[in-house]
Amino acid sequence: MMDVPWNDFYPLLWEGLKVTVEVAVLSALAALVLSLVIGLCRVSKFKTVRIISQICTEVFRGLPLLVLLFWVYFALPFLGVEFDKVTSAVVAIGLNYGAFGSEIVRSAILAVPNGQSEAARALNFSPLQRMIYIILPQAALRMLPPFGNLMIELIKGTSLIYFITLSDLTYQALILRNNFLSMTPYIFLLLLLIYFVLSSFVSVTVRLLERKLAAGRL
Amino acid sequence: MNATELEKAAGQEAPARTRKRQADTGVQPIVRYEHVSKSFGDLEVLHDINLDIAPGEKVAMIGPSGSGKTTLGRMLMTLEEPSGGMITVDGEPLWHMKSKGRLVKANEAHLHRMRGNIGMVFQHFNLFPHMSVLRNVTIGPRKVLGISAEEAHERAVTMLGKVGLGDKLDVYPSMLSGGQKQRVAIARALVMNPKIMVFDEVTSALDPELVGEVLEVIKEIAREGEMAMMLITHEMDFARDVADRVIFGAEGHIVEQGPPEQIFENPQSERLQSFLSRFRLS
Ligand SMILES: Nc1ncnc2c1ncn2[C@@H]1O[C@H](COP(=O)(O)OP(=O)(O)OP(=O)(O)O)[C@@H](O)[C@H]1O
Ligand SMILES: [Mg+2]
Repeated sequence: MMDVPWNDFYPLLWEGLKVTVEVAVLSALAALVLSLVIGLCRVSKFKTVRIISQICTEVFRGLPLLVLLFWVYFALPFLGVEFDKVTSAVVAIGLNYGAFGSEIVRSAILAVPNGQSEAARALNFSPLQRMIYIILPQAALRMLPPFGNLMIELIKGTSLIYFITLSDLTYQALILRNNFLSMTPYIFLLLLLIYFVLSSFVSVTVRLLERKLAAGRL
Repeated sequence: MNATELEKAAGQEAPARTRKRQADTGVQPIVRYEHVSKSFGDLEVLHDINLDIAPGEKVAMIGPSGSGKTTLGRMLMTLEEPSGGMITVDGEPLWHMKSKGRLVKANEAHLHRMRGNIGMVFQHFNLFPHMSVLRNVTIGPRKVLGISAEEAHERAVTMLGKVGLGDKLDVYPSMLSGGQKQRVAIARALVMNPKIMVFDEVTSALDPELVGEVLEVIKEIAREGEMAMMLITHEMDFARDVADRVIFGAEGHIVEQGPPEQIFENPQSERLQSFLSRFRLS
């Protein structure tokens, strides 16, 4: 067995991990908020709102994340809009995954049986109250598993941010590899493990949430 | 059957009679359908319906499947908009409102105000699965009527006690039998204190052995009185026991109506006779 200098790996990877987690958490929040907003617009009773939100979904879902990143970080400054690196990453990732998330929200809302909305109307709930107290809580349960998947995708997606020179986990691993070329498999093994732990964390959280939300219902 | 009998059988005179009687006693109907029609696409399923329901009156609606009974009730609950005619609730147009002296299509605010008079119990219960039994019954009073948590709780507990579910407050709907679910749904609608309540075949999704407990609860409520009821049902014995008036509809028309004794013992129209012959009355 080779002598692997593990202790030389950790500090750099730790720095990278912090960036990855920071960007992942912030873009996840952005994506969730966007999902909800666009998703609700997708089921609006106003046709214009529905159409505009659908265009948003199609555009930001259709663009490759990398192209979106380049646009936000390299192209927007020419139009007078300048973000720092982290913000650029959060905007691009938030838009891209938010667009996918809006589809999840929309279909989960539509999947709540019509009878629920009618019962709420018979009790004289306002349209807003129907959404808040009756539809969304039931839709939330259906959203959880696909949102779990989306968040795992998002974490993996953050590995692209080193293209706009953010020193995330992947970036640091590439640096390390330059310094310890013969250790390449070990470095990448470690990288793999860390991403795996991150996504497992999301899976477990989602499963716990699901159990909590479903309590008593089934 | 001669011509006048036929006309009588067709129920043409009955609404006029009811209206006259109400005019005599000065009682305004709680619900009035005037020339109401309803189409789904090209298909007209209700044709020129005229019907008055007096305050506190218990009206049973019977008739073959597809005759439009549910649609009639859903229009009253504002779940389905009439294609023509006018529905009036407690003297005010339901689907219309006055704007600059003209009657225009009602907006959400008007519908909201009017809906406060009306309640409905559905064939498939439609309980809120993410809420406990108690919460199912308190949420309406809390969020819609805006009454305090304590008072809502008190009212809900009383109501659930009345339907025999005082011991199921913290249970979720999925743990209940169909009959219990339907009784929760009845309590949920009752607690809002409507002036008229629509019961749309509330026992037809139940196992036969659970039908009785739900009908008993409804009979009890009917006995208490003030609330008018539109009871859409295939349970003829129940209709006869509870209703002040029975309305037989077919193919989107009211074919015959009258007190239960007349409808069940002395049906005039052939339609009703053949419809009833399919039920063996005890
Ligand atoms: N949303 C709808 N879209 C199209 N057609 C409808 C709709 N709702 C009802 N109909 C049609 O309207 C007619 C009357 O239906 P309705 O449900 O009111 O009858 P019903 O008397 O309640 O019958 P049942 O005893 O089977 O419940 C039927 O022909 C039905 O197919
Ligand atoms: Mg029906």
